[in-house]
Amino acid sequence: MLKQAIERLGNRTLQGVGRIGFAIRFFVAILLHSGTAFRRFGLTIREMYFSGVQSLIIILVSGLFVGMVLGLQGYETLQTYGSEDALGILVAMSLVRELGPVVAALLFASRAGSAITAEIGLMKATEQLSAMEMMAVDPIARVVAPRFWAGVISMPLLAALFSAMGIFGGYLVGVQLIGVDEGSFWSQMQSAVDFEQDILNGVIKSVVFGIAITTIALFEGYDAPPTAEGVSGATTRTVVTSSLAVLALDFVLTAFMFRGLS
Amino acid sequence: MNKTILDLWVGLFVIVGIAALLFLTLKVGSMNTVNNSDSYEVVARFENIGGLKTRAPVKSAGVVVGRVVDVRFDNEVYEAAVTLRLDKRYAFPKDTSAAIMTSGLLGEQYIGLEAGGDSVKLKDKDRILITQDAVVLENLIGQFLYGNAQEGAPK
Repeated sequence: MLKQAIERLGNRTLQGVGRIGFAIRFFVAILLHSGTAFRRFGLTIREMYFSGVQSLIIILVSGLFVGMVLGLQGYETLQTYGSEDALGILVAMSLVRELGPVVAALLFASRAGSAITAEIGLMKATEQLSAMEMMAVDPIARVVAPRFWAGVISMPLLAALFSAMGIFGGYLVGVQLIGVDEGSFWSQMQSAVDFEQDILNGVIKSVVFGIAITTIALFEGYDAPPTAEGVSGATTRTVVTSSLAVLALDFVLTAFMFRGLS
Repeated sequence: MNKTILDLWVGLFVIVGIAALLFLTLKVGSMNTVNNSDSYEVVARFENIGGLKTRAPVKSAGVVVGRVVDVRFDNEVYEAAVTLRLDKRYAFPKDTSAAIMTSGLLGEQYIGLEAGGDSVKLKDKDRILITQDAVVLENLIGQFLYGNAQEGAPK
């Protein structure tokens, strides 16, 4: 009984380590076979349309609502201390530093990551990938790498749009609806938000999240068992794993970027 | 889908995304990090800096002219040594005084510079001699209470 349990644990561990190793080799293979994605940039543009442009609506609308809620809640709290002029700082800081990159990445993982996994998984299940190999077309260079770079390029743009839209939402609620002074809203925001500390770090975060999400999504699709259940399971795993990866990476990045700052 | 329409959409997406980044950079944030090349550093010693932190603004006449880049405890004179990085565009006389002030009652602390009348200007690595410490609220309240008690004492 005990021996069996230990055996099962050992088996799980070995499989897990094997998968991690396979995923890292897969990531290196994507980087090595990226030439085609740039030489035939049309392929990457096509994928940017599917993962970037088609995520625009959900990103813009969620950004607007997150910003509006921040405006309302922030006002409620700041009002207690009579410092509702700092609403601009609160909205902009929380969006640019954390919410923009993280929430946009979570939305991207569920909107585009799952689609990538399902697409690649089905291509594998219907043996399109094997057919390509038969024709001496490298599926990693032709199918996987363009999707990877499309995700990595789209992610920071989507995060920036999310933050900008959120700040606009906070402005709508704070200034137009509640009546915080417009001048102090923008000027306090400008004096507090720093280009390097806040905006650049937010962009770096979103690039890292883009790499993580697309790598996980592509790997799960490529690794999926070629059955209907296999593809559906892989799609679920993509969303779960990449969301967890985004949140964990966010903690690590934040710890490095903002440690020691007042 | 038609390839040109696809290209158009992706192009629009990239333009809008970069516009959002520019909006964040220019309208939301500001490049207020003073560069090394066009700035100079001076040191001011204080007996008590209160809650002053690095990156706090240095203002003169209310205008931001630099930032606090370093706060250290000087073990030789038992005082705080605060390094200020000032913009090269602004030169201050050698007898400029530095005071730690608070914006608002509970706001952030900053260093206020008041220009003196000397014709010699402050140079890199110079020291500001005339300083005024941060006002510690507890001391102030203590003084107030002490003063009131004296006033109320029987004569």
